[in-house]
Amino acid sequence: MCSTCGCGGDDHGQSETEIAPPPHPPHTHGHDHDDAHDPPADPGAAGRRVRVEQELLAKNDRYAAANRQSWEARSILALNLLSSPGSGKTALLVATSRALAHDVKVAVVEGDQQTSLDADRIRATGVAAMQINTGKGCHLDAHQVGHAVESLALADRSLLFIENVGNLVCPAGFDLGEQARVVVLSVTEGDDKPLKYPDAFASADLVVINKIDLLPYVDFNVDRCIAYTRRLRPAVETLCLSATTGDGVAAWLAWLAARRTDLLQARRARLAAELAAVDGALNPPPGATPQP
Amino acid sequence: MHEMSLAESVVEILQEEARRQAFARVRTVWLEVGALSHCDPEALAFCFDVVTRGSLAEGARLEILRTPGQGWCLACSRPVVVARRGDPCDSCGSYQIQVTGGDAMRIQELEVD
Repeated sequence: MCSTCGCGGDDHGQSETEIAPPPHPPHTHGHDHDDAHDPPADPGAAGRRVRVEQELLAKNDRYAAANRQSWEARSILALNLLSSPGSGKTALLVATSRALAHDVKVAVVEGDQQTSLDADRIRATGVAAMQINTGKGCHLDAHQVGHAVESLALADRSLLFIENVGNLVCPAGFDLGEQARVVVLSVTEGDDKPLKYPDAFASADLVVINKIDLLPYVDFNVDRCIAYTRRLRPAVETLCLSATTGDGVAAWLAWLAARRTDLLQARRARLAAELAAVDGALNPPPGATPQP
Repeated sequence: MHEMSLAESVVEILQEEARRQAFARVRTVWLEVGALSHCDPEALAFCFDVVTRGSLAEGARLEILRTPGQGWCLACSRPVVVARRGDPCDSCGSYQIQVTGGDAMRIQELEVD
């Protein structure tokens, strides 16, 4: 059994994590649910009513809070990247890994239905990567990611990218413990995508519009796309770049550096406050009652 | 189809509550699903039927209580009802709306034996 959370897994140290999807029996009936539920077996006698008041995502949120606490305690900046398949998340992370190779320790968790192709692309840049194969699963959850990160042996003050399964619907509801959520959208997907997939964009701290080198060839209005995004999240930040040509990547690296500086300064302030408290305990002001 | 994960969460919560509140079988589940939550109620109902098979809630009735989305219009500084994310304020037409509620997915009450 896993000693961290009692999840029953014993293979968290392996280089690949296969998370088995739940069994799904063959469909034998239609999907119309107006009247599809069986009544209780004994409808005559009422059962006991009990209050519950439990959030469905409470368990995931507990794992996410534990991840966040663990990463913040070590000044690790964790980012959760969401997008539809093929928008260029991995290309952006490859470009980022190469650019930051000498400055910051970087690690990547890759989520895909199957194969380790994305993790292989990241590892080819010299950066540690861990692939999670979700099988039939459509999103990463905080429990999976917590275990994947354990096996990456992250350095303190490093940068952790979690590349979610390519899907703009399901991953939106699952907090992984990230400090910020980045939604990537490529110009070949259409400028109205934020309105069509609002849940992901409504949860974004930063929206990256990728493949801007293709703008001359597609009907994509950047201003309209940003305006649609702001309908869903008024305070969202946006960046336009091409991970392939490198155009605009400097602004992305500057955004990462600013987030990391904020995290490190917050850590520094906490440590300074603790140091002052310890100094105060060691050298109480004259006249103060000595503490035991 | 993350509703399968959500339905599995329902069963896990029912199992924990069965131990905590000492019941053996669930007849009815009253589940609040906000209009702005990450959940399709019909898909969840389908998945609930699938994942409760062989569990303490096999054959249980799922009563989904839809709650409206709530927001705060930054332009006219008043609370607004938000039917869908991205909709404008119904009094001033602004899209500068901060969602403040109606995104919960919560089991409220059970009928049990």
